[in-house]
Amino acid sequence: MRDVAIVAYIEGQNTSATTLSPVEMIVPVVHEILNRANVQRSDIDFWCHGSCDYMTGQPFSFVSAVDALGAWPPIMESHVEMDGAWALYEAWVKIQTGEANTALVFGNGKSSAGDMNRALTLQLDPYVVAPLWPGFRSLEAMGARAAIDAGTVTERQMADVVSRSLRDAADNPNVLAYGYRDADELLDEPMTANPLRAHDCPAMADGVAAIIMTTADRALEMCDRPAWIRGIDHRIDFQNLGLRDLSRSNSAALASYHAGVTKDKVDVAELHATYSHHEIILAQSMGIDRSTTRMMPSGGALVANPLMAAGLARFGQAARQIFKGNADRAVAHAAQGACLQQNIVAVLEGN
Amino acid sequence: MAAPGTPPIIATVGPDGSLMAPLRLFYPYDRTVGAVIGRFLTSLAAKKIEGTRGVDASVHVPPLEFDPATGVALTEWVAVGDTGLVLTWSWQPEPFADNTLQQPFAWALILLDGADTPMLHAVRVASVSEMSTGMRVRAVWAAEPTPSITAIMCFEPESAHG
Repeated sequence: MRDVAIVAYIEGQNTSATTLSPVEMIVPVVHEILNRANVQRSDIDFWCHGSCDYMTGQPFSFVSAVDALGAWPPIMESHVEMDGAWALYEAWVKIQTGEANTALVFGNGKSSAGDMNRALTLQLDPYVVAPLWPGFRSLEAMGARAAIDAGTVTERQMADVVSRSLRDAADNPNVLAYGYRDADELLDEPMTANPLRAHDCPAMADGVAAIIMTTADRALEMCDRPAWIRGIDHRIDFQNLGLRDLSRSNSAALASYHAGVTKDKVDVAELHATYSHHEIILAQSMGIDRSTTRMMPSGGALVANPLMAAGLARFGQAARQIFKGNADRAVAHAAQGACLQQNIVAVLEGN
Repeated sequence: MAAPGTPPIIATVGPDGSLMAPLRLFYPYDRTVGAVIGRFLTSLAAKKIEGTRGVDASVHVPPLEFDPATGVALTEWVAVGDTGLVLTWSWQPEPFADNTLQQPFAWALILLDGADTPMLHAVRVASVSEMSTGMRVRAVWAAEPTPSITAIMCFEPESAHG
């Protein structure tokens, strides 16, 4: 295997409703990350993009994003209809094959383009689920109840997650929700999508995240302390909700095992926990001890959830903890689909 | 492309002066559902619920085309009841225009009598306080069932039928 590291991470300003086009949102982020790594466009061998056509309501909408990269002289690029974290995986594979040495990966989404809770129902089974239009929030709420009924998650634990996330968000200028609210106060709030309260659900955002990754030859030119990808794996559960135990995530457990999460201590974890109960289910499934691991110092996806960028942002935020020397070993995770159906996990190390 | 019969899209001027136009998402094409889902949906139109039996003898409703553990094609059909048990549920405080119910209602994974895996559907109750894990429910059929999952309009508490 080739040693590959994340050497730069930039996120665009998360906003609740931008009037910029996706291309206009991506352009400044691409410029900024090239500057950050002190490289030229010609240094990038492979460009890989994650986004979702259902959000723009237009097939092949991602093709226009190439305008933000510049397609002359010709570039090698690809796209995944997934969060940018899966684009990172494709780029990692590309580098392993020797076809590329340095890759720029980005994910973007304009959640404000419509009611994403409803629209993303179109990603579900088209015959026996999508025609009912359940909406994602309702499905996640069913997952929360399954975990509460199973005794693996409590409402107080969920409130504690929200309280900590809002507090950490106060130190992150790029969030849409923050504050100082203790668990008792949060539990006094009414349930909306019972058993979820409004604060158990993510602050939806329009945003962009970008990462540059490269091999050992050049990593130290681009970053003082690269975040080396020591293990990475992604797995998927059945699409049939009825075939899964929603109180846990088997695919997150498998991906964590194959990425080697529990082989050593985990200083920091950035999990793509879009709803408060996700963090608890994921930590349990992945073998992460929340009492000894610093969970989501960025505040996580609860406080800023730019769809299709929020998962890649977890990889970027975990890498930042390595860059800054706050962590020697960090876990990055992203999820897609309903009720943690698809999970990608990476172990990042400073040495 | 606009959906047949939809009114023309008219742009409006947004708060910052930019032009805004609505975009309606829909599938502009027809699909063949295949032999297994096709039989399931056809049976629903006749107010019958059927599943397929897996290699381990589990009855899957909605039917699976292939066994989840072994990948073997499943061909044995099993009729199940239109009553069952709520395994987990959540509340939808405001319906979407596309939902079969146009009032606040619950979603549930429902284990039908005779099935081993639950299916998703809506549950009609007057208020959230009437919902509980483990409650029994019965299918309410659409007035004119079509070959669709919405042939079942919703479920409601079994006790509602006396």
